[in-house]
Amino acid sequence: MPTLLDFRRRIRSVKNTQQITRAMKFIAAARLRRAQETAVSLRPYASGIREVLASAMSRIENPEQFPMLAERPEERILVLVASGERGLCGAFNANVLRRAFEFLRDHGDQTLEVIAIAKKSRDAFRKRSWKIVGEYVDITTKADLGKAVEIAAEVMKRYEAREADSVYLIYNEFKNVMSQTLRVEKLLPLDRAALATHDKNAPPASSADSVDYIYEQPAAEIFNKLVPRYVEMQIYRMLAETSAAEHAARMTAMESATSNASDVIDALTLHMNKVRQAAITREIIEVVSGAASAG
Amino acid sequence: MADTFTLEVVTPARQVVREAVSEAQIPVRGGYIGVMPGHTPLLAEMGTGELTYRAGNRELSCTAMGGFVEVLADRVIVLADAAELASEIDAARAQAALDRAQKRFANPNDPNVDWKRAQDALERAQVRLQVAAKAGSAAVNAAVTASDHS
Repeated sequence: MPTLLDFRRRIRSVKNTQQITRAMKFIAAARLRRAQETAVSLRPYASGIREVLASAMSRIENPEQFPMLAERPEERILVLVASGERGLCGAFNANVLRRAFEFLRDHGDQTLEVIAIAKKSRDAFRKRSWKIVGEYVDITTKADLGKAVEIAAEVMKRYEAREADSVYLIYNEFKNVMSQTLRVEKLLPLDRAALATHDKNAPPASSADSVDYIYEQPAAEIFNKLVPRYVEMQIYRMLAETSAAEHAARMTAMESATSNASDVIDALTLHMNKVRQAAITREIIEVVSGAASAG
Repeated sequence: MADTFTLEVVTPARQVVREAVSEAQIPVRGGYIGVMPGHTPLLAEMGTGELTYRAGNRELSCTAMGGFVEVLADRVIVLADAAELASEIDAARAQAALDRAQKRFANPNDPNVDWKRAQDALERAQVRLQVAAKAGSAAVNAAVTASDHS
């Protein structure tokens, strides 16, 4: 039978935990606000560059001359998996990693290489001794364009050197505070059809589609600058979305942990009061029966 | 033919302009291009400069630095690396940047200077000041006109 003191101790310990989870919730909420702003305000640019690239691609006559457009048989696949930086955010990391391993299993007969983005992703791949060709940690807490450019340069270098025939991104997209969407996207080679249809919210294509562009500079020159920028933006977007999604997941998880702690405290308090009352009742009975026998 | 087109200026950080305009001057690399509704589709790399546009009877401007522009008949989308409206420019900061950049150029034999970067910084500061100055004088003019009428 636990004594009153035991209950008090347990209640105090749960209260401490609750304080921590509540603080973590507030921290996540503050970071979420910033991360969400970054992710959401990036979207017009990201969809803009996608549109521009799509319409530029539809006007290019001989796509074979651009390495970024060249379709090669998919033998070596490079996968970028972006998880969260830390735990205590519900099933956030588990979900994206499960999806990543599914993807890797489905492509079991190709050569697979992984670039791990953020700690949880790196740790998971290390533990299963996958071939990690690159790792970037401490970057999803706050999305940084410079880091995205760095990753993009590495990815494009591998693609151009034919060390990878295609590149995929696996990450969580921020949908709203309560939920994330898992995304698996093909980054390279650029896929005309996917580019054109990717964004359903995009305004309908302009009436001038059939007209050829005039270029201020040679088409190839612009194209060779546009494509890297697009790749950088896609990777930056992945970081920004992951960051917002991670903070959102952590906020939700910590919120439910805090309310769970409240429930536990209530249950323990009720139980403690029952035990206390039982003890008092017993004492009264003892006093009364003692008085009765004395009298 | 419609007499306006949609001008969008977006940067990775945010959407700066989204407006129906009747005319725009866009700083592309190697000069400015003027765009009216129904322009032939065009794709160009952006330079650093002042982007002016006419919405209704207001003449507005913003800075635009780097990136790309796609011109379509009814739509112009500027994917700039950086852009800001005239009202957002911190003139003091731009002036300080200009002074810093000029100091670098005052000493042309310094091996520690990244000249490309210094050149870019100089250009950016000049454009910011130019746009800010114009917006400032426009505001003064508007005030003068308003007081004339009263």
